[in-house]
Amino acid sequence: MSTTAYIFGIVSSGLVVVAVFELLRRRQVRERHAIWWVIASLFALLVSVFPSLLEALAKAVGVAAPINLGFFVTIVILFLLSVQHGAEFTNLEDKTRALAEQSAFLRQRVESLERRLDGGAAQPQNEQSRQPDTRADAEAPDAGVHADARSERENHDEPHHEAH
Amino acid sequence: MTTLSPALASSLESTLVVMPAFNEEQAVGAVVAEVLAAVPTVTCLVVSDGSTDDTADRASAAGAIVLQLPFNLGVGGAMRAGFRYAVEHGFRYVVQVDADGQHNPSDVPALVDALSEVDIVIGARFAGQGEYKAAGPRAWAMKLLAFTMSRIARTRLTDTTSGFRGAGPRAVELFAAHYPSEYLGDTVESLVLALRAGATVRQVPVAMRERAGGVPSQNAFRSTVYLVRALVALVISLTARPYPLRAVANSVGGRTEGIR
Repeated sequence: MSTTAYIFGIVSSGLVVVAVFELLRRRQVRERHAIWWVIASLFALLVSVFPSLLEALAKAVGVAAPINLGFFVTIVILFLLSVQHGAEFTNLEDKTRALAEQSAFLRQRVESLERRLDGGAAQPQNEQSRQPDTRADAEAPDAGVHADARSERENHDEPHHEAH
Repeated sequence: MTTLSPALASSLESTLVVMPAFNEEQAVGAVVAEVLAAVPTVTCLVVSDGSTDDTADRASAAGAIVLQLPFNLGVGGAMRAGFRYAVEHGFRYVVQVDADGQHNPSDVPALVDALSEVDIVIGARFAGQGEYKAAGPRAWAMKLLAFTMSRIARTRLTDTTSGFRGAGPRAVELFAAHYPSEYLGDTVESLVLALRAGATVRQVPVAMRERAGGVPSQNAFRSTVYLVRALVALVISLTARPYPLRAVANSVGGRTEGIR
């Protein structure tokens, strides 16, 4: 290996280490997420400073070409990272889903409270005797918040299309 | 409707009919009205699953309580919201009905009636009544699912992908916490999850009708994809860690009063 390549290796892996730590330092990445990046970049730096380390390691695990061990380890780390991201996504999705539910519940509550305040009609929605519809039609996009949002069931058999 | 036994009448009073609806403005109003006409004592909850059309207003105008999810979560996501609503408001039974009108609301009492003995009841489309046809890979998938599920459930199930089903108190509690949102989670996975938790299942024959709105998804490629995904869903749900089925205190009488 030429000296230029040696220096190039050290400089680039050094840059990676600095980049990762800088992100951590600025709190752009939490260490929980960056743990594999830290491990990978330190491994790269170590190997570029002491290439003989990789050779010894390759010999120890029976890999003929040391660089293949380097690639192998790299792929494993990238793979683990992807899996970790997948798990994080699932976690976030669950939280988003819970928030979506929460927002739907709250919206329903707010709307039914508004309906009570507006119309003073304290009767539960799902009652047999429903008030006749006083509203001309569902023109307002936020019609659901109005007291007269409840129309007679019969109203619904005729289709009404309004352009949005 | 014939006269109901007092027990069934009281069960229906604490029954929440949940309708997941995604852009179903054409049908949802009429379906809600039909449910409330057929079974006046139930409460009808429409979960608008990120609909961009008039679904929520139509449902609300027809007399349903409406939950509006801010974006589409899929049937499973909508159903879990429905189950959670049921738990929070003290409903003991939940019946899932499609908003497109393919389920006959007059079958709801039969489903709820069966819930006095089992945790989950499935309105099965092949069990004698109705004429529901599926062909090709979709039919294979359904047969395979039916066969496997019957084995797990130790009872004959012919239509495990039916979206017409009811859940009793224990299942409602379980589903409120763990109803899966993945693809097919609302049918295959939810059932396996409940079975592995120790829930009992029975099917009740129901007739299917023409959809009042919307287009059914049927073509060779999509049904093959369906088969594969059904298999994956089945395998994963069978190997996943089971949740315990907790007993629910029977004292939760009827619905709690509050803002609805």
